[in-house]
Formats: sequence, C-alpha cells, structure tokens
Amino acid sequence: MPTVELRFSAQPEHVRTARLVAAAVARRAGVDEAVLDEVRLAVGEACSRAVGLHRSHDITAPVTVVLTEEEKAFSIEVGDGVPGPGSDPSLSGAPRSGSVASGGPDTEADIEDEMGLAVISGLVDDVEVRSGVDGGVIRMTWPTASAVVLP
Amino acid sequence: MDLSLSTRNVSGPGGDRTVVEVGGEIDVYTAPKLREQLVELVNDGSYHLVVDMEGVDFLDSTGLGVLVGGLKRVRAHEGSLRLVCNQERILKIFRITGLTKVFPIHTTVDEAVAATD
Repeated sequence: MPTVELRFSAQPEHVRTARLVAAAVARRAGVDEAVLDEVRLAVGEACSRAVGLHRSHDITAPVTVVLTEEEKAFSIEVGDGVPGPGSDPSLSGAPRSGSVASGGPDTEADIEDEMGLAVISGLVDDVEVRSGVDGGVIRMTWPTASAVVLP
Repeated sequence: MDLSLSTRNVSGPGGDRTVVEVGGEIDVYTAPKLREQLVELVNDGSYHLVVDMEGVDFLDSTGLGVLVGGLKRVRAHEGSLRLVCNQERILKIFRITGLTKVFPIHTTVDEAVAATD
C-alpha cells in the first residue's frame, strides 16, 4: 500500500507541489539528505514529462504520483494516461513522443522530453520505464537508511 | 518560489553584453517566462547574453531546453550565450546531460563579460 498517493490535473504549476511532497515523504522515509535534491529533481522531471504527454494527447485524467516506503527502500511511481505503442492499433498514429515521429529532437519540446529522461537516468540508479494499455509509468527507487531513529 | 528576472547592459572588451540575472526556480511552470525574456532580447538585437544563475534554487530539463533554445537563437546572429554558475547541484545537471560541452560556464559575471573567444 502506498504511503502517500498524489493525483493532480496536468498543469505545469502543480509539478512543484509534487516535488515538495515527494521530497518531504522521502525525507520522512529515511532517504539520505544528500540524495533529496536528486529525488526532487527526478520526480519533477517525471511529472513534467507526464504533464506534457497529457497535454499533447488531450488527456483530462490526472497525473498520478505514488510514493511508497518499503523495508529498505523508497519508491516513486509517476503514471501518465497515455497508452503505450501496440496496446491499441487506433493510436498508432499518435506516438508517445514527438521525437519518435520526427526522427530527431527538433523542437524545444522534444529537446526537453529527451533531456528529461536523460536527467532521470543520470540521477537515478534504479529506474524502470513501463508502458501499457493504461498508460506509462516511471518507477524510481532509492535506498533508505535501515536503522533510522525516528524522533 | 517563483522565477525572478532582471537584465542590465555591460560593456566588455568584446563589446556590449546583456546580463540576465535569474533567481528562484526554473521548471516546467516558470521556464516559459525565461524563454520569453531571451526571445525578446534577441528580437531587440541583443545577441551576446550572459545568464547569471547564481540565484537559481532549482533547474530542470525544461530550463535546460530554454537555455539551448536561447543559444540557438543567438548563434543565428553570430552571438553568444554564457552562463555564470558556481552551485554544484545546478552544475551537476549540466554535466549529466553533456551540456557543459555546449555552454561556456563561468564562475563570475565579470569573467563571462570579459570572455571574447
């Protein structure tokens, strides 16, 4: 069961809220202080990307952020509502990323999308990108201090 | 925290430079303001820009995209875009994306203004 679950409408102004909540829950879960900056940045990147995908595909459903405190780890799953390739033939004309169709990052939006993933994979050692009928999920996991003394 | 922007003109050995002082958070919400500012400067004929990021608390890939876009615009006019940044947490983002090879990054505004290469 998630420790905290957040759902927000796909508006850029809410990404900051998601960053702040994720960092607060990560701190509470025992993620090292030195890593909190990375958590904040990575979750922001994943949420910005999801907001962009929702807006470019006219999806009204909220972006979801699931924060889970596990035994020795803390995980964040950012979910978008854009079905992956192959899950629905009628969507084959609408690729998840504009850069796939254009063959290269030409627009600033494409550059941002590619750099967003570059930042996530550069920052987070344990990252998994899934894509299914219900949409895509970026799952990021950080270790936590196993013997945190809570106040 | 929101984004703050201020610009001033400085004369350097290579000619006039426009220093854009940025403060606060550059993210998916605030980056369009920075983009507008850079576009406006280039449209007004300022092709040599120094972006001072010492007051920036947070930068994500949306902000990087805007800076790359700004660089593209000034280069179309034989211009330059230099960054001023000493903060390790911000420099790290430029490093992991390989953009330290794209942007000249200086430690002080004076150094950036004096650069002529």
